[in-house]
Amino acid sequence: MLKNRLVFLFPLILFIALAIYFVLGLERAKEVGNDFVPSALIGQPFPNMNLAPLKQEKPGLMTSDLKGKISIVNVFASWCVPCRAEHPMIKKLSKVDDLNVVGLNYKDKEEDALSFLAELGDPYHMIGSDPKGKAAIDLGVYGVPETYVVDQQGIIRFRHVGPLQLRHLDDDILPLIKKLSQ
Amino acid sequence: MTKKKIIYKKQIVAYVAAFSRSNLKITPCRVIHLGFAAMILTLALFHNLAAHAVEPDEILDNPVLEQRARDLSKELRCLVCQNQSIDDSDADLARDLRILVRERLVEGDSDEEVLDYLVKRYGHYVLLNPPMNLQTLVLWGGPILIFGAGTILVYIWFARRTRRINAQEEADIEEGIIAPKGLTIEEEARLAQILGQVTQENEAPKGQSSKLANGND
Repeated sequence: MLKNRLVFLFPLILFIALAIYFVLGLERAKEVGNDFVPSALIGQPFPNMNLAPLKQEKPGLMTSDLKGKISIVNVFASWCVPCRAEHPMIKKLSKVDDLNVVGLNYKDKEEDALSFLAELGDPYHMIGSDPKGKAAIDLGVYGVPETYVVDQQGIIRFRHVGPLQLRHLDDDILPLIKKLSQ
Repeated sequence: MTKKKIIYKKQIVAYVAAFSRSNLKITPCRVIHLGFAAMILTLALFHNLAAHAVEPDEILDNPVLEQRARDLSKELRCLVCQNQSIDDSDADLARDLRILVRERLVEGDSDEEVLDYLVKRYGHYVLLNPPMNLQTLVLWGGPILIFGAGTILVYIWFARRTRRINAQEEADIEEGIIAPKGLTIEEEARLAQILGQVTQENEAPKGQSSKLANGND
């Protein structure tokens, strides 16, 4: 009789096992940056690219330049409305010590990008131009804006899809930068 | 076979027989069913000609490569729309990826190499057909297994229960607690008497009542 009672517990135990499996999966997805589509390049080196500079006075985006310091690579475009909204956050990041703030100008016209930066401010130390979006495909970019955190060895550690808000800085980006600095 | 199954089988056989004898009555319900079947059949036969987002300037000169590109595009997810393939989607990124697929094919990549190229950059999510590995097999097979196990358990439980109830009933009949199934002779006679009375009452007022009595064949 007791055996019959135990059999009834089996579905409950199975459910709890599945629930744990699914919750663990969700937690793992959270780690990857709260993306709908997690980046396939987390833990991989930043892809090789050599993008022409947008402005003469600043360097373009060369992958070898991303080593030595922690870099924030921000994919933006002048035609992208959320990029305007997140721009103050990028400016905030440019004030962080020892942090390379790099812009990847995605599918944009030079004049438009320049007036975007003139109007909203230019927080970038380097800006690379990707007018056809080909280099961005190597990076796995599927929309604008996107922000990547690259460590001192040039390995991609984190990707944020969508405009950066203060809480993303506080919860995800700044703690990661701190961790990588140690 | 259970009774119900026999009845269904007879109905289907009658349906098919009537159809082959051209004896099938055309009812509105059957017309609608035929309409749906025709729709689905048309879609199944012609869906390859369905609308797509490929623009003329993307089409490769080599028709073999172009067909490979179309087939591969249908397997790749547009990450912007996420429920469409890049072959269907009008998004900018979809166009970029379509062109990329064609460039890789012109370079001589195999189908697998093209898909790998994209998975390397965008992850397995870019494939509309998910990869079959151990993890996904568990997800695919899991529900079916659980459902199957559940069905078996319910069946066993039911069978045991019925057997127990029948055994209990037989024991009670032996001991005389309840009457055996079926009617005794006296009860049969009494039943016939009651039924006889009811038929007499029905035949008295003619017209409507006889229709009621004989309505269901």
